[in-house]
Amino acid sequence: MLKRRIIATLVVKDGIVVQSIGFKKYLPVGQPAIAVEFLNQWGIDEIILLDISASRNGHAPDFAMVRSASFHSRVPLTVGGGITRIEHIMELMHCGADKVALNQAALFKPELLTEAAHQFGDQCIVASIDSLLTEAGHRVYDYRKSKVLNQKPMELAAQLQELGSGEILINSVDRDGSYLGFDIELIDSVCSMVTVPVICSGGAGNVHHFLEVFLQTHASAASAANFFHFSEHSVTTIKAQISLHFPVRHETWFNYQGTRFDDNGRLIKKEDSELEDMLFLRIEKEVI
Amino acid sequence: MNQPNIVIVDYGVGNTYSVMNAIKALGYRKIKVSAFETDIAAAEALILPGVGAFEACAQNLRERHLDTILNEVVLVKKKPILGICVGMQLMSTMSEENGEHSGLNWIPGRVVRLDPSVNYAVPHVGWNDIKGLQSDMLFSRITEFANFYFDHSYHYQCEESYVIAHCDYGMKVTAAIARENIYGVQFHPEKSQNNGLKLLRSFFNAVDLC
Repeated sequence: MLKRRIIATLVVKDGIVVQSIGFKKYLPVGQPAIAVEFLNQWGIDEIILLDISASRNGHAPDFAMVRSASFHSRVPLTVGGGITRIEHIMELMHCGADKVALNQAALFKPELLTEAAHQFGDQCIVASIDSLLTEAGHRVYDYRKSKVLNQKPMELAAQLQELGSGEILINSVDRDGSYLGFDIELIDSVCSMVTVPVICSGGAGNVHHFLEVFLQTHASAASAANFFHFSEHSVTTIKAQISLHFPVRHETWFNYQGTRFDDNGRLIKKEDSELEDMLFLRIEKEVI
Repeated sequence: MNQPNIVIVDYGVGNTYSVMNAIKALGYRKIKVSAFETDIAAAEALILPGVGAFEACAQNLRERHLDTILNEVVLVKKKPILGICVGMQLMSTMSEENGEHSGLNWIPGRVVRLDPSVNYAVPHVGWNDIKGLQSDMLFSRITEFANFYFDHSYHYQCEESYVIAHCDYGMKVTAAIARENIYGVQFHPEKSQNNGLKLLRSFFNAVDLC
């Protein structure tokens, strides 16, 4: 059975992973390569690396950064930012990308998306849509010009599928960094319009948000950024909790099964009496 | 540990760096990404990487005369080869992706679009457990129903005797095929964490035996 995917998004600005709040405020987190290595060790299902400064500055993708970030990635790596030509995609595939995310091209250069799908296959092309909740409802947002466009995300998603996208990444700008949970209405509207897998993003703050989006929408993957940087053991603890309700890949020794969590999904310390009775298991390092 | 000469066949498209990183992580040092006849002829194990549309891949193979070079090395010299994703699909007789295109025809079969029941998205993207033939050397280090990363819209249809693993996606999907020294996997072992590394290790360990 196919598992629901838990994806980490790394937002990169000028070569540094940042915490993004509402697409406006950015706080530094650290080196992309180190973040990728750690997320891998914790058993993340996939990583999306979005360089938000490349397109804004009119630069090509930062190939050297992708090359160093991808080195430790044994899970699929989707790379976005600054892709304006088919050669960029080809070079990214030689730098460790497994898929590419197109955002500006999806809005203004749809022929690039179609050509890319034709060469690399639709499964390699992720169309990334930013959405802002306005008084008129959800609208597509152009992050580069900080401008709201007069189009509904669900309509754009359907168009991009027609043009050849193999996956849709839907980001909620207003939920970005808010920890308020995923925008269920937005995600549901997009899912209802497409048959390709949908990755939702923006607002994850605790495990209930992941459960909620899997329960109420057909999203095939849920992604978070800040949540994974700032909550301890976040990847394995949320997978342990989600696995009680949905199939997820959870193949590690430190699986937290039988552990209690508080309302925010954080670990609760075991009772002293329980700790006293625990038998510790020696786990030999697996030799592959 | 034996250090076979490993060549990742470069046909323009394909996530060659990802494949190389995974193989390096296993400790192999003699790895080349190459499209040159001399390198391919000297290889003791070959990888035909994936990520690409069938038509573009098949066309690139022919333009670089890789079809002739590979036929000699794989069919005549019987060097072990592992095809990944579209690299596996290239081993088929023909594919229906973007019109009909012929492949290398190493393992007779057709590559057709996934057609699962409703409620299943296409492409098939994500971690799925496979049911592998435990007796096959490729799966000797892997538990039954292990998870691997899939990312494809088309799948390989061929005689059951060539299928060594399948997975369930609202339909039976061919996950791995084999014929003598030729192996193909639909999923991405280079992107399937430890399960993928174990599979690659099994493949390279068997090199001596071939």
